[in-house]
Amino acid sequence: MAHAHHGPDYLAHHFDTPKQQYEAAKIGMWIFLAQEVLFFSGLFVAYFIFRKWYPEAWSVGSHLLNWKMGTLNTAVLLLSSFTAAMAVRAAQIGDQKGVPDKDKRKFGGQAWTGHFLLLTFVFAGAFMVVKYFEYTHKFHVGTLPGQYFGCANFECTGTMSEELVEELRAAIASAHHNAGPDLVPYHLRSFFGLYFVMTGLHGIHVLIGMGLIAWIWNKNRKGEFSAEYNTPVDNVALYWHLVDLVWIYLFPLLYLID
Amino acid sequence: MTVEAATAVPSDASHEAGDNYLTHERGLKSWLITLDHKRIGILYLASVLLAFLLGGVFAILVRTELMFKGQTLMEADTYNQMFTLHGAIMVFLFIIPSIPAALGNFILPIQLGAKDVAFPRLNLASFYIYMLGTVCLVVAIVVGEVNTGWTLYAPYSIGRNVTGAGSSVLWVTLGVFIAGFSSILTGVNFMATVHKMRAPGMHWKRLPLFIWGLYATAVIQVLATPVLAITLVLLFMEHTLSIGIFDPQLGGDPVLFQHFFWFYSHPAVYIMILPGMAVVNELIATFSHRKIFGYMFIAMSSITLALLSFLVWGHHMFASGMSEYATMVFSALTFLVAIPSGVKVFNWLATLYQGSISFASPMLYALGFIALFTIGGLTGLFLGTISTDIHLHDTYFVVAHFHYVMVGGTVFGFLGGLHYWWPKMVGKMYDEKLAKISWFLVFLGFNVTFFSQFIMGSQGMPRRYYDYLDQFQPLHMTSSGGAYILAVGFLIMAYMFYKSLRSGEKAPPNPWASAGYEWMTTSPPHPHNFEETPVITRGPYDYHLCTEEELWDGFPEDFPGEKAKA
Ligand SMILES: [Cu+2]
Repeated sequence: MAHAHHGPDYLAHHFDTPKQQYEAAKIGMWIFLAQEVLFFSGLFVAYFIFRKWYPEAWSVGSHLLNWKMGTLNTAVLLLSSFTAAMAVRAAQIGDQKGVPDKDKRKFGGQAWTGHFLLLTFVFAGAFMVVKYFEYTHKFHVGTLPGQYFGCANFECTGTMSEELVEELRAAIASAHHNAGPDLVPYHLRSFFGLYFVMTGLHGIHVLIGMGLIAWIWNKNRKGEFSAEYNTPVDNVALYWHLVDLVWIYLFPLLYLID
Repeated sequence: MTVEAATAVPSDASHEAGDNYLTHERGLKSWLITLDHKRIGILYLASVLLAFLLGGVFAILVRTELMFKGQTLMEADTYNQMFTLHGAIMVFLFIIPSIPAALGNFILPIQLGAKDVAFPRLNLASFYIYMLGTVCLVVAIVVGEVNTGWTLYAPYSIGRNVTGAGSSVLWVTLGVFIAGFSSILTGVNFMATVHKMRAPGMHWKRLPLFIWGLYATAVIQVLATPVLAITLVLLFMEHTLSIGIFDPQLGGDPVLFQHFFWFYSHPAVYIMILPGMAVVNELIATFSHRKIFGYMFIAMSSITLALLSFLVWGHHMFASGMSEYATMVFSALTFLVAIPSGVKVFNWLATLYQGSISFASPMLYALGFIALFTIGGLTGLFLGTISTDIHLHDTYFVVAHFHYVMVGGTVFGFLGGLHYWWPKMVGKMYDEKLAKISWFLVFLGFNVTFFSQFIMGSQGMPRRYYDYLDQFQPLHMTSSGGAYILAVGFLIMAYMFYKSLRSGEKAPPNPWASAGYEWMTTSPPHPHNFEETPVITRGPYDYHLCTEEELWDGFPEDFPGEKAKA
C-alpha cells in the first residue's frame, strides 16, 4: 500500500479513528447476536407449541433427563461467563506500565487476560465433556429422536432395552402429567427430537466459542491487546455470554419444569 | 459536500494519476482475495447475473412447455423440476442478493463517504458463503430431482412415501441455509456501516434514500433469515433422522413448517422489494432534477414496511388451516402494508410534478417500476382479502401478482440501478438507443407474459400445473409469447452492456447531473472512493444548493449527454 499509516498498528485502513473501529465492531457484534436470538427462537416456539399439545410427553420427557448433570453444566457455564467477563476486565485494565505497584488494579494485564481466557476455555470443555456423557447414555439406552426412539444405539429391533424400560417406569411414576402407569407417551419422540436439536445446536455454539477463545488467547499471548485495543476479547466474551444465556433458558425448560 | 474534497482530482501524492479501483491492482488473484467493497460488488454482480441467466433459462423452458396443451418439450417430472429450480434460483441466488449485495456493496460506502464497509473481510466471506450455497444448489440439480417447489413444503419435502424428492432436497436445504447466512452477514455489515461509517456532516437526515432502503432491508435480513435457517435445520433433521417436528406420521405438524417458512419468506419479499424502491428514490430525484418530495416520509415508510413485514405471514396460509380469528387478523394487518407503500408511490409522483424530467433509460425503468409495482401492489389486496383469496389461492393470479412485484418491481429497480450506476462502476457510457429498445421490449414482454396470467388465474387456472383445459390455450400461448419478447429484450440489453465494456465512451464523474454524493468522485472511483474523506454540507437531493461544478464537473464541453439539454 502506498498509504502511510494513519494511526496505531491495530487501526484498519478504512477507519478514521480507533473509537470508530471499536464502535463499529461492537455494534456489529450486537446485531449478530440479535440474529442468534432469532435463530434459536424458532426452536423455542416449537418447544412451547408441542408442550401445549403433548403435556404428558413433555412431562415424562423432562424426567428422562439427568437434572444433576444439567445443574452441573449450568454451574460450569455460569462460572465460564464470569471468567470471560474477568478476561475482558483484565484486558481493559492493561499492563499499567508506570503505575506504582501499590496503585495497580488487581487481576489486570496481559498475563491475567490469558489466565482467565484459559479458565473459560477449560470450563467450556468441561461442559462438553458432561454433555458427551449425557449423549452417550441416551444413545446407549435409546432415548433418541423420532423414529429412533427406543432403538438403543440407533438399532431398531422392535423391543426397548431393559434400561430404557426401567427409566421410563421411573419417569412416568414421578411425572406430573401422565396418561396412566406404564403408558409411554408416543410424542416422547418429538420431545427428544427437539432436545437433541436444541442442545446439539447449543453444543455447536459452545464448540465455536471454544475455537474463538483459543484464537484470542493466542492473540493475547502474542501481546496484541492493550488497554487501548482489546475489542476482540470484548466481542468474543459477548458471544460467549449469549451462548451461556441460551443454556440458561434451555436448562429449566428441558430438565426442570415438569 | 465541499467541492474541494469531492471533485477528487487524482492527486499525485499516493496514487498515480487516473488510478482507480479497477487499475489499482491487476490479475485474477487481486480480484479473488480483494477486500475492496467495489470489487466485491462486481463479483456479486457477475454472480447474480449468471444466476439470473440460469433462472431465466428455466423460465423459458417452463413457458415453452406450457405453450401448448399436453406434452410439448418435457415430461411432467422434468417440468416440476424446472419450475422449482426457476423459483429457487431466482429467489435465493438472484433477487435477494441482486440489489443489496451487488449494487449496494458498490454504492453504499461511496454514498456514505466511507472508504469501505465496516467489515471488509466479513464482506468477502459473505461472497464466498454465497458461492458455497450456489455450489450446493448446483449439486442438488446434478444428484437428483428437486420437485418440491421453492417453498419446500413439508411433508412432501421430508421425502417419505414419495419418490423423487430424495437427497437432492437435502442439498437444496443446505444450499439455501448457507446462502441465507451470506445474506445475514451482509445485513450485519451494512447496518454497522450505516451506523458508524458516515462521513463527517452526514447526519441521518442527509442519508441518501437508497441507504435508508438498504438499512431497512438489512434489518429484515438480520432478523428474519435466521428463522428460515432454523426451519431448514429442522427440515434437514426431519429428513435424515425423522425427529417428529414436521412429519404428521410422527406427531409433527406440517402447518408449523408453513408458519416458520412464511415468517421468513414474507419479510423476504421486502428484502426483495425495499431495495428496488430504494433505487427508484435515487432515479426519480436525479432524473427530475429536483429535491425529492417527502424525504422523511419515504425513509420512515421503508422502516415501517420492514417492521410490518413481520406481522403478515399468515396471509399465505388462509387455505392451510388456521383459526378464523387468525385469518382475520392477518388479513387486516396485510391491508396496513398498503399505507407505507402508497406513501412511497405518492411521494414519487409528487417529485415528478414540476420536475425537469429527462427520460433517460434509468428513468424509464423507474417509471416502469412505479406502474408495475402499483399493479402488483393493488392485486395484492385481492389476495389479502380472505373471501377473494379463497377463490384466487394457488392460481395464476398469485403467480402474476408476485411477478409484478418481484419482476416489475425488484428487477426493474435492479436494472434501473444497473443502468444508472453502470458509468460509475465501469467508467464507460452505454448506447442509450439500445438501452431504450431493450427497455421497451422488456416492459412489453413482461406485461404480455404476466397480464394474461392475471386473467387465466381469475378464471381458475391453478399454478404449477403441467397441463390445462382447452379454454386456457390462448392465454397460455400469449403468456409464453410474452416470455420470448422478454428474452429478446434481455439479449439486446446484454449486447448493449457488452458493447459498452468493449467500446463505450469514457464516462464523466457525473453523467446524469445528479446531486447524489456518489457522483462527486471519479468514474470509476478511486480505490478509497474519495481522495480524502469528504465533508458533507448539504443533502443528497439539494439541487438548489449545488454549484454548477458539482453538477457538471468533468463534462467535456461537447459531451453529448445531459449537459446539452440543460
Ligand atoms: Cu406475504
